[in-house]
Amino acid sequence: MKILVAVKRVVDHAVRVRVRPDGSGVETENVRMSMNPFDKHAVEAAVQLGEAGHASEIVVVSIGPKQSNDVILTALAMGAHRGILIEADGRIETLAVAKLLNAVVAEEQPDLVLLGKQAVDDDSNQVGQMLAGLLDWPQATFASEIKVAGDSLEVTREVDYGRATVGVSLPAIVTADLRLNTPRNAALPMVMKARSKPLAVRPAAEFGVDLTPRLKLEKVSPPAERVAGRKVADAAELVAAISSELTELEAL
Amino acid sequence: MSVLVLAEHDLGALSAATARIVAAAETLGPVDLLVAGQDVSAVAAEAAKLAGVEKVLVADSAALASLSPEAVAALLARLAEPYSHIVAAAAATGRDAIPRLAAKLDLMPVTDVVAIHGPTRFDRPIYAGNAIETVSSGQSKHLLTIRASAFRPAASGNDAPIHPVDADVTSVARFLAAHRTESDLPELSTAQVVVAGGVSFGSAEKFALVAELAKVLGAAVGATRAAVDAGYAPNDWQVGQTGKIIAPDLYIAIGISGALQHLAGIQGAKKIVAINKDPEAPLMKIADIALVGDLFEVVPQLIAGLGRE
Repeated sequence: MKILVAVKRVVDHAVRVRVRPDGSGVETENVRMSMNPFDKHAVEAAVQLGEAGHASEIVVVSIGPKQSNDVILTALAMGAHRGILIEADGRIETLAVAKLLNAVVAEEQPDLVLLGKQAVDDDSNQVGQMLAGLLDWPQATFASEIKVAGDSLEVTREVDYGRATVGVSLPAIVTADLRLNTPRNAALPMVMKARSKPLAVRPAAEFGVDLTPRLKLEKVSPPAERVAGRKVADAAELVAAISSELTELEAL
Repeated sequence: MSVLVLAEHDLGALSAATARIVAAAETLGPVDLLVAGQDVSAVAAEAAKLAGVEKVLVADSAALASLSPEAVAALLARLAEPYSHIVAAAAATGRDAIPRLAAKLDLMPVTDVVAIHGPTRFDRPIYAGNAIETVSSGQSKHLLTIRASAFRPAASGNDAPIHPVDADVTSVARFLAAHRTESDLPELSTAQVVVAGGVSFGSAEKFALVAELAKVLGAAVGATRAAVDAGYAPNDWQVGQTGKIIAPDLYIAIGISGALQHLAGIQGAKKIVAINKDPEAPLMKIADIALVGDLFEVVPQLIAGLGRE
């Protein structure tokens, strides 16, 4: 099968972000950026399907500023064959992202689209489901295991009560959760080789999708700060403290 | 303006989240509560008791048995027309179906809403809760998922009329198996008291101390991602940015240092108790009550001490 993987360049998940004082957003200047962690699991899943003989070609696509090149190169170094960067600056909403990916799917005709379940910057958790809706394809989100069964997939998903296994026929959308696999760190020769793999750069305007945001971003604020409370000396004191908290709760 | 709310339910019972979503949705307009599934008449009867519900709509069919996103989105698309808002809990069913529906209706949804400022303005957390964005929408219809833990539940005592609706949808995905975590403890996402443990327990056997303490307190059990990854706790106990988001009145964190991604899941907790041998752990610095100590000494004493009370 042919696999399309969508990846996003985001503020590195280990960075403690700061809200800009003017409330216009989060500070992203001079901050370490990297591939969205969930997308790494999606790339790894595609590469593993390839290694198991299930994928004939893995195409990776990213939508964002030209620096998003970096995350495509990371995916190519992990084992994807070819990259597409759709250059777009500014705030691109998930609906527009899904529509751009829909256009890429029309061109590339993949059997499977893999995405991360959410991006750790806007935490939307929307694009995979939206793309599935636009294409009217089955979706299996929050995947922790993918098995190929003929021309369909058996996907185990993380759900509220534990896990659930569903069968989806191809073509389909699968979004990756953290326990799907352990993404590889590409060795240096693979990183060098990635630079010679094909990478097409195309302006978003080429796809004829309206990128105007539907939602007005009014402001971004820091969350309420928590301050340190008191220390107790031993378990006996803690028992007393918890008991009094519980008594207070019962009174409510 | 009127609101269609998708009820969350499991194993023939209405989930506790639904009462909270109804209370939040009621501030937007009169609420119709949709119960979709197979053999859901008992759930519908429970749903009719929630204060603020104008009527309960019941879509009962085999194709809705597993509440697949394809079937739920198709059903919601058919019912959407008269409503100004379509609302679901930010839980498995809603997370899956609302964005799919949004794309079908060419609308931009707002997900994980934690505050409602009138019918078209909403707050949602971004960057693992390290920032809150306020958005407003001029769209013709508003599709929302709401974090139940951020809202108080609706009262009971209503007797809303129940209307069946056309449940004829096709389900393309085949449901193969459920792997449930068996537990007689309260549901994590809406529990009033939660006891959680980290990877420092060292094994699944020792992690059982967390459940033992939870049992004494009538609390739910939570775990860090590292503890789940290590196999000490099932995945549905994970609390954090990618696990469950909780807002208990009392959160007792044992041997949890407090990674950013974990803190994202407990920002709504009213009181935090932390037990850790490292006084410098981030969670110890924001806890309301902190105890520096070895968890293997402290937890058995808590179980014994609180068990007596």
